[in-house]
Amino acid sequence: MIKLMIDGESVLAEEGTTILEAARKLNVSIPTLCHHEDQSIKAVCRICVVEVEGQTLLPTACNTPVADGMTVRTASPKVLKARKNIMELILARHPQNCLICSKNGSCELQKTAQDLNLNQDNRYQLQDRKVTADTSSPSLVRDMSKCILCGRCTEMCGQIQDIGVMAKENRGFHTVIVPPYGKKLTDTTCVNCGQCVQVCPVGALSIKDDTQKIYDSISAGKTMVIQMAPSVRITLAESLGAKPGSVTTGKIIHALKKIGFDKVFDSDFSADLTIMEEGSEFLKRLKEGGTLPLITSCCPAWVKYCETYAPDFTNHLSTAKSPQQMFGSVIKHIFAVNENVPKENLCSVSVMPCTAKKFECQRPEMKDDVDIVITVQELAKMIRTAGIDFDNLEDVPFDAPFGLGSGAAQIFGITGGVMEAALRTVYEVVTGENLELLDFHQVRGFEGLKEATVQVGDLEVKVAVVHGLSNAKQLLKRMRDGQADYHFIEVMSCPGGCIGGGGNAPTTKKKLQARRDAIYREDQNLPIRKSHENPYVMKLYKDYLGEPLSERSHKLLHTQYISRRDLLR
Amino acid sequence: MKETLLLLRNRGKIEPGNAADYIAEGGYEALKKALFINSKDIIQELKAAGLRGRGGAGFPTYRKLEFASDAPGHVKYIVCNADEGEPGTNKDRILLSSDPCSILEGMAIAGKAVNAHVGFIYLRAEYSYLLPILENAIKSSVKANCLGRDIMGSGFDFEIKLRSGAGAYVCGEETALFESIEGKRGEPRYRPPFPGIKGLFNKPTVLNNVETLANIPPIFLHGSEWYRSIGTENSPGTKLFTVCGNVNRRGVYEFPMGVNLKELIYEVCGGIEDGRELLAVQTGGASGAIINASQIDMTLDIDAVSASGGRLGCGTILVIDDRNCILDIVRNNLDFFRDESCGKCTPCREGGTRLYQLVGRIAEGRGSIRDLETIEDLAETIRLTSLCGLGHSTAVPVASSIRNFKSCFWEHIDKDYCPVCCEEGGYTE
Repeated sequence: MIKLMIDGESVLAEEGTTILEAARKLNVSIPTLCHHEDQSIKAVCRICVVEVEGQTLLPTACNTPVADGMTVRTASPKVLKARKNIMELILARHPQNCLICSKNGSCELQKTAQDLNLNQDNRYQLQDRKVTADTSSPSLVRDMSKCILCGRCTEMCGQIQDIGVMAKENRGFHTVIVPPYGKKLTDTTCVNCGQCVQVCPVGALSIKDDTQKIYDSISAGKTMVIQMAPSVRITLAESLGAKPGSVTTGKIIHALKKIGFDKVFDSDFSADLTIMEEGSEFLKRLKEGGTLPLITSCCPAWVKYCETYAPDFTNHLSTAKSPQQMFGSVIKHIFAVNENVPKENLCSVSVMPCTAKKFECQRPEMKDDVDIVITVQELAKMIRTAGIDFDNLEDVPFDAPFGLGSGAAQIFGITGGVMEAALRTVYEVVTGENLELLDFHQVRGFEGLKEATVQVGDLEVKVAVVHGLSNAKQLLKRMRDGQADYHFIEVMSCPGGCIGGGGNAPTTKKKLQARRDAIYREDQNLPIRKSHENPYVMKLYKDYLGEPLSERSHKLLHTQYISRRDLLR
Repeated sequence: MKETLLLLRNRGKIEPGNAADYIAEGGYEALKKALFINSKDIIQELKAAGLRGRGGAGFPTYRKLEFASDAPGHVKYIVCNADEGEPGTNKDRILLSSDPCSILEGMAIAGKAVNAHVGFIYLRAEYSYLLPILENAIKSSVKANCLGRDIMGSGFDFEIKLRSGAGAYVCGEETALFESIEGKRGEPRYRPPFPGIKGLFNKPTVLNNVETLANIPPIFLHGSEWYRSIGTENSPGTKLFTVCGNVNRRGVYEFPMGVNLKELIYEVCGGIEDGRELLAVQTGGASGAIINASQIDMTLDIDAVSASGGRLGCGTILVIDDRNCILDIVRNNLDFFRDESCGKCTPCREGGTRLYQLVGRIAEGRGSIRDLETIEDLAETIRLTSLCGLGHSTAVPVASSIRNFKSCFWEHIDKDYCPVCCEEGGYTE
């Protein structure tokens, strides 16, 4: 252990600890901007400088390791003067329109500037980058004028997701982080996962706001139908200030009703439907010698990734639509007919933890299934805008008949969940036996790659689960090299799965743990925990679809894929 | 005053790309000695010689070798920093073009000292015309068995690879240089880890300036005691000085450390051109201090210059006569630094341009006392908080010129027009 003094207090720290970490042990908070607890050390913003006795320069706390006998002052007048000056420099290059910025109130730059108590006019002439925001993507907005060049997005996109849509261009004062060759985001290989938004400390990367479309549809007197994804109930309250893992299903439904939705349905229902279709497809491929491994297609970012980087592998993707799109189809083609709502008078909305879903609903193959997608963050803003006292709302149930989902559907929101749900159903369908232990612990947890071999009757089913696209990339490579003899693979683009999705409040590994505990608790507490036991799903088959993979199912619930190889040119 | 030709001993005497010529002049003898002594003794000899880095910081060379030698791992690298980018500096170019084999020999000895088998020469983009000379020097040295496999039967292998820069000044900074060799954007890394532990390709690396490496063979040839007889106590050996600006005889000169600056300008270089008056001298290139005419009676060795608030740096002496204006010189310096800032850290990226703007304002007669205070504050912030040496250096000419030419700044604030600073449209924002 290393003994050092921080602001006059003695602290013991392990060797290799940074000054920042040691200070946090003492509850001394040193401001940071480029630092992110789950990312590598960057040491570029320089706002965390501290004074170390015996050193003439001011080292940064985020990367300087502690040393025995070190005396650190984290807020001496010299340090504060330097920090204020650095902040002035950043602000002189940053637009001053904070009040209308999407990150207003949650911006790390705003918070740090407040803490620094900048009590004089900026000495430097305001000179923000004269660039217009790139709104070309259906999911994300990229406004370089607000960027502080912390480098978090490039690490997220380049290393964690291994895509690298954006990189630094130019140098010095003119440095920008941009897609290559002046391309618009939509023309790049961006998969719309929104993980960059999750880590951006300012408003340079934000979610495309589609809330106005909802207000417009309400004004137009349309029948408003909304579906809520499995993880939304886990993460929404967090966006409104609750602690991670606070589950508020009933309150959200109530809030949606207050906002103006006529029907609030549960995407858990269509997740069960997905399991029926995808599970049956898996068994069919297994029996008839179809293309294996089968790879899940619930994650639209993954689907686009596969279409771009491995178009020759799209035949491995399940043709089943994602739960969102299945539900959209059911609402437009079955619900609308039953309720006698003309199509043009129906507005089908979904609230998702995901930015890529905004892209998915615009895919020509499935156009019109879902009209508007909003993310958790957008819904949280709508709730605030509507002046709803969320914490004190009474719980309201989902609407019938699509308001019931199983525990299997609930865990779609976490990495390994789709696989676990599928295994629960596939096992019982194949063996005809009752599955006693429903928890498949081998596919749970946050390791990048999880593998399991499950005995299903006389079949040994080998499965793999990956999350985070760098892990998916490695798996694809192993498949190409013939080193992945799996039968079934689940891929989720966002680390942690949908509870870590780009549409949620900013995620950290710590918060993911709490969200994970909550989602498995939900599964545990639900009366029905297997998709094929969902009575309303069974009824849907009986009344309309016939059976899984029937002609009508194919028409409504399945899709096809294209090659996006051109994006790589 | 007569030059002491230690590093430039072969200048003009040999065909630079031909190792046989070099060998005929006693070349690779030092390597032969070093190959058959213990690695620790090589480092010990350099310690005894007191050799210090000639690239700018003046760090003891033996310690760099020691770090890498002590670092765990089998793969280690020697890197020669030939990215000579300091404005007005030509000394490495002279060495590379006149006696490249001495640098190769220095690298091989350093390699033997830390047990590295691969060396890289990172050549400034503008020096690419030297590539054929260096290639020939390497090839002919390999042919003479002075590089390559089993050098001179010692069992020691050492290979040298050439890498070219792409024109960024910051790539002369060691970690940015590594990034560049690795094929990435040339941006410095934070420290620690230091290059001796994790350098090029994350392996222990010794990086030295061209001139430093060229000093190694003479040390082994003649011994550390002899080497110490040249130069000063704390800075033994000779130094190459690039004298540029308004002097009669510009050029690269080799003198023992501790030569007097005034004598260098007036006796060696023939004084100020056109009989003008001396206004200022900037030592150490754009990143050095600007001193006034009354301060030039100074000893040029690493510590003495540092003590006077400047830096000897790479030994560049920019002589400025009274036709110039200090504000214009500082502005020009800052224009260089803001342009060469890589953009990685805030103080240098943002502050560099702001300093340029503020100094420009004063130069054009539009500045105020408050601007001067802001400049001083900002220069201090940049110096204290920047990530790498480029940022730290940006402040040096600003702070030193304010210190040594304060009245000049006042005058520009008071009067509206400076014929030098406002000429040719000068400064644009």
